[in-house]
Amino acid sequence: MRVATPRSAGVWTAVAVVIVASAAIAAQQDQPERFGFGRPATEAEIAAWDIDVTPDGTGLPPGGGTAVEGRSIYVEKCEICHGAHGEGRPFSQLVGREPRQGFPFGNQPSLVRTIGNYWPFAPTLYDYTFRTMPFDEPGTLEPDEVYALTAFLLYLNDIVAEDDVIDANTLPRVQMPARDKFVGDNRRGGRELR
Amino acid sequence: MPKQIDRLGDPVRRISRRAMLAGTAGAFGTATLPFGKAHARQQDRPNVPDDPTKVQGRDASELGTRSQFEQVRRSAGRSSSQTPHQDLDGIITPSDLHYERHHGGIPEIDPDRHSLLIHGMVERDTMFTVADLKRFPSRSVIHFMECSGNGGRSYRNRRTEDVTPQQVDGLTSTSEWTGVPLATLMREVGVDPEASWILAEGGDAAVMTRSIPMGKVMDDALIAYGQNGEALRPEQGYPIRLFLPGWEGSASVKWIRRIEVGDEAFMTREETSKYTDPLPDGTARQFSFTMDTKSIITFPAYPDTLPERGWWEMSGLAWSGRGRISRVEISTDGGQSWSDAELQGPVLPICHTRFRAAFNWQGDETVVLSRATDETGYVQPTLDELIAVRGIGTRYHHNHIRGCRIRPNGSTVFTVDA
Ligand code: HEC
Repeated sequence: MRVATPRSAGVWTAVAVVIVASAAIAAQQDQPERFGFGRPATEAEIAAWDIDVTPDGTGLPPGGGTAVEGRSIYVEKCEICHGAHGEGRPFSQLVGREPRQGFPFGNQPSLVRTIGNYWPFAPTLYDYTFRTMPFDEPGTLEPDEVYALTAFLLYLNDIVAEDDVIDANTLPRVQMPARDKFVGDNRRGGRELR
Repeated sequence: MPKQIDRLGDPVRRISRRAMLAGTAGAFGTATLPFGKAHARQQDRPNVPDDPTKVQGRDASELGTRSQFEQVRRSAGRSSSQTPHQDLDGIITPSDLHYERHHGGIPEIDPDRHSLLIHGMVERDTMFTVADLKRFPSRSVIHFMECSGNGGRSYRNRRTEDVTPQQVDGLTSTSEWTGVPLATLMREVGVDPEASWILAEGGDAAVMTRSIPMGKVMDDALIAYGQNGEALRPEQGYPIRLFLPGWEGSASVKWIRRIEVGDEAFMTREETSKYTDPLPDGTARQFSFTMDTKSIITFPAYPDTLPERGWWEMSGLAWSGRGRISRVEISTDGGQSWSDAELQGPVLPICHTRFRAAFNWQGDETVVLSRATDETGYVQPTLDELIAVRGIGTRYHHNHIRGCRIRPNGSTVFTVDA
């Protein structure tokens, strides 16, 4: 916006008066419910970005895969960072069911939290792998590859069988070992420490 | 040579502070900086005129810089950097020293090609350009932001001693944030009254996602584009980020590009596998967003050395994700007795609050600690109290009491012994 430069004190005063007057008008007006800014989003735009997958499977695309198929993709695209058996060298450990009993993470700092012992929902694994992995080429996997890798990682964690087909129908029904361990935040401030 | 003189970047400030406090300005130079060494050191220092009143200074410039004597720096790894609290005063963190944490690096984003999509349980799925967002009525607020992992290294290993405030607690900073209230945008798109959660998603390589309850969205969530009077820094989410006052930093999704409105939490990896708190009772606390009340002492702190006995001013920061700091107490006897520190205004809600307290060091081994209370009555716990309710395995929300041990020779080390 181009604004004329006021040159005299008189003009400055006039400008000030106008500013004060318009501020008063604005203050008197109620903010509208809507300003009308922004534009309608198209379905294509939403589809391109709406990649999240929720625990009930909403957002899972067509396709599917098994651990057998996932193994070769894993060797090619994941092993270098997560280890041949998902043992997590050099990066995050992806496999681990220990301890089979209980959920002692609060007391045992050395226990590694993994998909097998800590993740509550299987569809989250699809969501995260699709959106971020492989770390050095994020967002490059096809849905079938992600299904197969999800199947493979669930298989390594002893949660599904090697030939189970993982797809939009079966993935939400996979029971994760840590499914019922999570609780809401009960901290409320005040004197009680929680 | 006393240790504190070696500390990167702040010999000038520390000397003047000590000179003022101890009233030994004249004696100091000769007493603790033997001439030979001071002279040797002078050689590595930037060259300045002997008498700046006898030469014209340099011209004005388009972009200011720090004095060449001030080498304040974040400490930085790949995915996080820490604010040098020991080198700062007041409550505002300079934008270039604000801590950072990211999960897929810092994206380079052209603001003219960046948009925010809001869709889902709304009447109108809408795409907002950055310019659209700036046209809405704006708001500026001054708040701290803290990573929930801050302080972790002082939690599991209580023998950690040779760590600076920056190394222990550098993942908290305070800025003025400017943006449009998310509630305004929710009205704009016609949010469904049945909606209870949103998914906030970033436009970085992590395509970072967090679920945020609608209560926070309508209360004080901001889509921020400004920080300390200018555009956000790239590492802070340029051109736009979510800002959730008082909540763990990871929930304030940066480079935000999409908000999906729903009626359930989305259960992303960052709120299940990460950022949850296993408890001693065999459950894990989820959506533990609020940052509890905390305080840290920024002076004296490792690796400072007190060169002599007498009066010193302790200084530090206190904050709470639930509101104002109402009180900070300090102890100079390892937590046996406490007295009130002075809170330096402004004391803002959900904001770093500077506290100060003079103490008279008699040359004994002394443990100095600080303990903050917020307006809800929450009192910063000891490490043992916190471990009793949270367990030693927890990875986030480490707000226990901490401070430093001053040894008889004046050297200091970090401590959590309260
Ligand atoms: C270049 C290294 C690299 C490659 C290749 C890679 N990852 Fe990762 N992965 C990482 C890093 C680093 C993290 C941790 C990221 C973080 O915490 O923000 C990670 C995290 C994960 C996690 C989350 C673990 C948890 O418990 O939270 C999963 C699952 C995963 N990767 C799966 C895969 C799969 C499947 C592939 C192959 C398609 C793959 N990764 C390839 C580096 C890599």
